[in-house]
Amino acid sequence: MNISVRNCNLWYGDFQALKNINMDISNREVTAFIGPSGCGKSTFLKILNRMNDLVDGCRITGSFHIGGVDIFDKSTDVNLLRKKVGMVFQKPNPFPMSIYDNIAFAPRTFGVRKKAELDRIVEDSLRRASIWDEVKDRLKKSALGMSGGQQQRLCIARALAANPDILLMDEPTSALDPISTGKIEALMSELKQELTIVIVTHNMQQATRIADKTAFFYLGELIEYDTTEKLFSCPTDRRTENYITGRFG
Amino acid sequence: MKSIYGFVHVREKLMRGLFLACALFSVVALATITVFLLANGLPFIAEIGLGEFFGTRWAPLSDTPAYGILSMLVASLYVTALSVLIGVGIGLLTAICLYKFCPRWLVSPIRQMVNLLSGIPSVIFGLFGMTVIVPFIRDYISPSGVGYGILSSALVLGIMILPTIVSVSLDAMQAVPGSYFEGALALGSTREQATFRVMLPAAKSGILAGVVLAVGRAIGETMAVIMVVGNSPEMPVSLFQSVRTLTANIALGATEMKGDPERALIATGVVLFVFTLLLNTSFSLLKRDKTEKDDRKSRRKGKNSTPVAPAKPGSAKEAQS
Repeated sequence: MNISVRNCNLWYGDFQALKNINMDISNREVTAFIGPSGCGKSTFLKILNRMNDLVDGCRITGSFHIGGVDIFDKSTDVNLLRKKVGMVFQKPNPFPMSIYDNIAFAPRTFGVRKKAELDRIVEDSLRRASIWDEVKDRLKKSALGMSGGQQQRLCIARALAANPDILLMDEPTSALDPISTGKIEALMSELKQELTIVIVTHNMQQATRIADKTAFFYLGELIEYDTTEKLFSCPTDRRTENYITGRFG
Repeated sequence: MKSIYGFVHVREKLMRGLFLACALFSVVALATITVFLLANGLPFIAEIGLGEFFGTRWAPLSDTPAYGILSMLVASLYVTALSVLIGVGIGLLTAICLYKFCPRWLVSPIRQMVNLLSGIPSVIFGLFGMTVIVPFIRDYISPSGVGYGILSSALVLGIMILPTIVSVSLDAMQAVPGSYFEGALALGSTREQATFRVMLPAAKSGILAGVVLAVGRAIGETMAVIMVVGNSPEMPVSLFQSVRTLTANIALGATEMKGDPERALIATGVVLFVFTLLLNTSFSLLKRDKTEKDDRKSRRKGKNSTPVAPAKPGSAKEAQS
């Protein structure tokens, strides 16, 4: 699914957090958002599945299309949108229930009741998240007993169980150790064969490792957006260069 | 210099002793009450026999006295169960409403009003029940034309325990990490689904603790119940029939009875005491169960991420910060 954003402005109360952002994100690629804290990259990410709706005093203007559909249109079902545009959060947030129930949550929400069908979705999702072999013997155990890295991959599996077209990841590895981070990065390279991934990251090496395209945000503006190779090797904007060479941030 | 230090030392010791004495005061009070109840109640029960004590005839002042409390025990349980049903039903839904389903500016006023409700003396609840609920039930609901009884008492008690249920369940739900709620929404759940399928189960033990507290309050309430329950020591067979609870039984007779009847009241107290003891124990078990779980959780998570912070005031605030 292609994402297309035009003239995006966003305010939290009086504070303008995003300024006139235009961006096209292509299908089956990994796009990374980088930039210093508070630059608006997470905020922009959350527009795409309308999680900003939950924030009081948040006002958005502009046009936003995913797969040609206006996501802020009155006729758009926000719950279906969130099913199609999955999200993985910075801190792993498995529900306090069994591993199986965590994965089965989204299918059950959308009316899947048959045990065989649920079993199939759970196994399939866990396999796609490369965590099946680690958890297949303890599906009925609480998800809170897993390590942080496993929990995060479980959350990815849980999002995959909703069968999304796009996966948004908000700093998915910032709370994890290097080995878990490596596993999740490998997983992303596999998943981009079938879906579009947008990831916010503070780690520029991570962006160079996994992203096809990278966008640099600064103070609510989209400064530069290009292929990862080009953005990191010859940035056109001075601010991008300063940021990626570590002069601020 | 030495003498000053010595003085400080003595004073410190004195204060420590004073603190300890104060702390022990409630322990002594509890022990005294327990001993008083058991010493007076148990011999009486033994004297007349369990069969008679848990019989259905209560006539302490008759020529052939009988001290059976079964009908009052059953009435107590009925009234309590029904009031908890009413209180938990309304209270839990109130808490859910305050949690995510009403305008933010309404939360604080509603919560304060609910808390105010808990400050109203129980005799006022009784008056309200007598003058409003009882006539209403008599005129419009009761098939037998009797307003006093189990339903009236349960309604009054149900209102009385609302504040406990509301505030304890709301606290329990707010202590559940907001990230669960966000996570459920991000999977396409509606707010209702997220609340009922994730937040409520996660807050279950806290809510249960609130229910247990409420049961304790309902079973122990005396004054409001006396005023609306009718007080006939009969076996309850209908919602609209004058019955008498254990608490009402004790309070009604306490000022007048002497001798065996008085001991019978104390024995009634023993039964009530055992019930509240059981409730309190299960309450602390529930609480301990919960804290242990939380400890385990944070220990496990500790290695790879920060532990779940308690009592986050909702996801919205989190996202803003």
